[in-house]
Amino acid sequence: MIILERRPAPSRLWTWATPPLAVLMTMIAGGLLFAALGKDPLTAIRTIFWDPLFGPFAGFTRPQLLIKAAPLILIATGLAFGFRAGIWNIGAEGQYILGALTGAAVGLAFYPAESRLIFPLMVLAGALGGLVWAMIPALLRVRFGTNEILVSLMLVYVASNLLAWAALGPLRNPEGLGFPGSRNLRQWASSANLELIPGTGLHWGAVAALVAVCAAYGLFARHVFGFAVRLAGQSPRAAAFAGISPSHLVIGCMGLSGALAGMAGLFEVTGPAGQISIDFAVGYGFTAIIVAFLGRLHPLGILAAGLLMALTYIGGEMAQLQLGLPAAAIQLFQGMLLFFLLAMDVLTTYRLRLKGRPAPEPSSAAAEGAR
Amino acid sequence: MTEALLAVRGITKAYPGVVANSDVSFDISPASIHALLGENGAGKSTLVKAIYGLVRPDAGTMTLAGRPHAPASPREAREAGVAMVFQHFSLFDALSVAENIALGMENPPPLRDLSARIREVSQDYGLPLDPGRTVGDLSAGERQRVEIVRCLLQNPRLLIMDEPTSVLTPQEVAILFSTLRKLREGGTAILYISHKLEEIRALCEKATILRGGRVVATCDPRERSARQMAEMMVGGALRAPARAEVPVGEVVLAVERLSAPSPRLHGMPLRDVSFAVRAGEVLGIGGVAGNGQDELLLALSGEMRVAPGMVRLKGEDVGALSPSGRRMRGLLCAPEERNGHAAAADMTLTENAFMTARMRKGLTRGGGFVDWRGARAFATRIIETFDVRTPGPEVTARQLSGGNLQKFVIGREILQRPEVLVVNQPTWGGGCRCGGGDPAGAARSGRTGGRRRRRQPGSGRADGDQRPFRCPERGAAVPRPPRGGAERGGDRADAGWSARNGGRPCRLTVPPRPAPACSRSAPAGHGRGAGHDHP
Amino acid sequence: MNLSGISPVLLLASLMVASTPILLAALGELVAERSGVLNLGVEGMMITGAITGFAVAVATGSPWIGFVGAAAGGAALSLLFAVLVLWLRSNQVATGLALTLFGIGLAALVGQAYVGVRAPVFARLDLPVLGDLPILGPILFRHDAVVYLGLGLVAGVWWFLHRTRAGLRLRAVGENHDAAHALGYKVQLIRLGAVLFGGALAGLGGAYLSLVRVPQWTQGVTAGAGWIALAIVVFASWRPWRLLLGAWLFGGISVLQLNLQAARVPIPVEVLSMAPYVVTILVLVLISSGRGRAALAAPGSLGQPFHAAR
Repeated sequence: MIILERRPAPSRLWTWATPPLAVLMTMIAGGLLFAALGKDPLTAIRTIFWDPLFGPFAGFTRPQLLIKAAPLILIATGLAFGFRAGIWNIGAEGQYILGALTGAAVGLAFYPAESRLIFPLMVLAGALGGLVWAMIPALLRVRFGTNEILVSLMLVYVASNLLAWAALGPLRNPEGLGFPGSRNLRQWASSANLELIPGTGLHWGAVAALVAVCAAYGLFARHVFGFAVRLAGQSPRAAAFAGISPSHLVIGCMGLSGALAGMAGLFEVTGPAGQISIDFAVGYGFTAIIVAFLGRLHPLGILAAGLLMALTYIGGEMAQLQLGLPAAAIQLFQGMLLFFLLAMDVLTTYRLRLKGRPAPEPSSAAAEGAR
Repeated sequence: MTEALLAVRGITKAYPGVVANSDVSFDISPASIHALLGENGAGKSTLVKAIYGLVRPDAGTMTLAGRPHAPASPREAREAGVAMVFQHFSLFDALSVAENIALGMENPPPLRDLSARIREVSQDYGLPLDPGRTVGDLSAGERQRVEIVRCLLQNPRLLIMDEPTSVLTPQEVAILFSTLRKLREGGTAILYISHKLEEIRALCEKATILRGGRVVATCDPRERSARQMAEMMVGGALRAPARAEVPVGEVVLAVERLSAPSPRLHGMPLRDVSFAVRAGEVLGIGGVAGNGQDELLLALSGEMRVAPGMVRLKGEDVGALSPSGRRMRGLLCAPEERNGHAAAADMTLTENAFMTARMRKGLTRGGGFVDWRGARAFATRIIETFDVRTPGPEVTARQLSGGNLQKFVIGREILQRPEVLVVNQPTWGGGCRCGGGDPAGAARSGRTGGRRRRRQPGSGRADGDQRPFRCPERGAAVPRPPRGGAERGGDRADAGWSARNGGRPCRLTVPPRPAPACSRSAPAGHGRGAGHDHP
Repeated sequence: MNLSGISPVLLLASLMVASTPILLAALGELVAERSGVLNLGVEGMMITGAITGFAVAVATGSPWIGFVGAAAGGAALSLLFAVLVLWLRSNQVATGLALTLFGIGLAALVGQAYVGVRAPVFARLDLPVLGDLPILGPILFRHDAVVYLGLGLVAGVWWFLHRTRAGLRLRAVGENHDAAHALGYKVQLIRLGAVLFGGALAGLGGAYLSLVRVPQWTQGVTAGAGWIALAIVVFASWRPWRLLLGAWLFGGISVLQLNLQAARVPIPVEVLSMAPYVVTILVLVLISSGRGRAALAAPGSLGQPFHAAR
């Protein structure tokens, strides 16, 4: 029988080896799934993972990579802080929606004026919208000890209702012939968040995502805030002893992730989405949770994981068009990936050992500890 | 000699990196009280867990009343007539007394009948219990009664008691002893595990002494002195800690009428605690574990804020300050639990050094950025000064042995030159004990102590910390069980000094120069809390 | 606006129906949490149950077999969770989230073939005599069997937890797994059983939505009901009878807001449909701030990993 044995320290090798392995396992399991759906598994895998980058339509799909990855990375980077500290903001989707709503509302208040200041103002408003939405669960947890998981999630449903209300009501395009949805923000020069370098997909959201990754890296590696987050996540009592206020941490982490998610929403509504509409929210806030874990809650890992997840989105769409693969298959695929990752995580903190085999040589430190 | 009730032959059990029991053999006679002695980590817990079916030994056999005894689970052990009273971890706070007892029985009668039986048995043995009460609301002594009654209801042939007196008041100990004697008269054999040599001398007729997982001696405790047995346990001569008179200075820490609720569920609120510590003085805080020592430490460290005027540092009211604020002013603490409170297990020593030293050692630069190089240098200094055995400062705290981590944690605070150092249970580390497991270890700690005394005036106090906490009235250092985990660390401390001082804190002054003052808490085996009483 | 169209009797009667899916899912989660396992995947298990129940019912033509299939589907998903959390020691919060994401994806994939398909009709049990009682008849005695199953399960779970030895063991494991282990109880197996039960009930709850409440397959048919169920467990302080109260409260609010929508109250539809979620948040705040703080009633080992050294 195989038994688990705690490693003296988490294995660094396995920490970074498990995500690629999980991707590989997902590909195998996904292949089986596609085969079960009557598709050729190899073609499906190639369509999803290879063709978007190097296939015949790569010129069209490659820029999509950054466009899809930007919100994922931006949101996941923010989430990484909370998740590391044991603060579970799973309502990023709601904060993303609110960011888009407030940002768009502030921008549209100036329509049709043209000014270079409008877009930065919108970004700020978007970040603030997300932040305020995230402050609800944060403050409720700090003040009343309310579970932030449930509250932040409930607020996603509230936010999507707000979105529908805004798209049909206050933000509806007065010149839209009664169709739901706001004015097109892409077609208004002051708010348009277009490609900065044509053919790359690099818009302001992608720039913000890269900046966020670098900043988060710096915070985690060299700043007291990053240290406090890591310490609180590993040992809440040690963090309290070190003088880190749990309340400040909850507010800091939730606020940061809310602001980043709000910004992501704003960049999306002014760029790729173009307008506030009922179906604006497509689940980036939830996929970002997978991205955050797949990236090991590490900024650079999140960068890679975000790109990979964007690839599955684009590849999934291609597979849908070319192979008739159901859209939901990709969602399942992403869920599976997180499962495999969590399952294999056991290898980073535990060693597998066959029962009955003698223990390895006692190390001097352990022997002394036992005495 | 009568035939043994339980015969243990050649029991061996190895864990990764540790051999807990090595070829252990001994006999327990029927209707006797048999002591199992040894320091923490000597392998006592593993051995009794094997007898109780919680651990499966790698090699060796056991015979219970002539039949082979190899329980695969506690249930099988109970069926064979073995019962065990645990030191910790075996009661359910949210459940009632009767429910707790039902859980420990093979075929419990319906709850109503069981309640009647509980009343009956508990009265018979002088351990009154109300079966309907919630266990979380009981005192430590009452909780132990629940465990004992749970065992007694099964009429065991062999009763194992793991550190039973660690949480009892002297009165409760007396009741326990008379219960145990009654049981012995009734024909039950008792395996009694303890560090408390005086208790063993009073109660047991035979003792098996373990050291490093091996049986090193068997004796009749009534014929040996506590000192002799202690020396058998540690395998070396015990030295009495030195003590010198020093002039004491001004009051640096004053606690006045400190009252605060416990932040924990089922915790102990602080009620009207007052004391003062002068520079150059060591103030001991005694008491049975769980009587507010932890809460007092939280109130001093700043993890728990208190009302104005209750805690003053050099005259300044610090009750509302955060741990960081108090640290900045020189009030440093070393909590009891090293991994998870005093240190983060999965962080490196450098990070753990930074954790509390960032302000006093100036380890952050403008904008809140961390000076990791400085932190590493500080960690290295702690490691060198306090002889922490580790490959380097980039090793995680988890990888250090208990004693080494303790040295690191205490050293971290001492090197920050505290005005006041609060230490909770400083001696439960494996490596920093007087006359430790091996003579070399003892010499080592003596040497470091000396070296430190030269370098750091006032840290000689920590040298004192490494020795048994002793009561002037007592001749021998008396081992004392720790609080917490099954086998957490070894220390021997005074048993009963604070009680003898009439419930008032007794002062232990220490050598060199003025500040820092030390306040250390050590829940003693007997006696009540220093400043407040159990309800 | 026409408020007179809202009949209190009908409102109460539909409350019973509306609260059933949440009640079932919450009851399952209550048992799992009482054993010390926090399974945040209720939403995923519910929606999986909704689609498997629907698919099985369509295939067999029998809603009853559909419900059995739904319970099996929910339990199968929870088995995945149990293996990860109990044996591979993954983080319970993260794994629960993964379960939800996975379940939603799985249900969407399987459900594509069933969009627009009609479910076989699940007959109401009109209890003779009792059903004809004025007022009480329509409120209490003219429902389908699953409504009564839900009520019966509340009583059953209460009886199991507080009156049986197995229930006592389950509570003991959730309260302090180290102590339970020291007494020789199989912590992992007891938890496995509790998690599977939770999954099966969540599956039933989901199927009740797709087979009775809606009754057809639409994507995202659960619409957060699983999360509300989680909230109700906290609201109920882990006690079965208070759970019933919580489910009725939320059932009542969702029915009321639907009625208000139908009555064309001058409040935007979207605002009305956020009501259940907003109320959930308010209730959570009330319950966590009050004197009988909810956290105090939580099982002692809830959410903590268990690793026995042998």
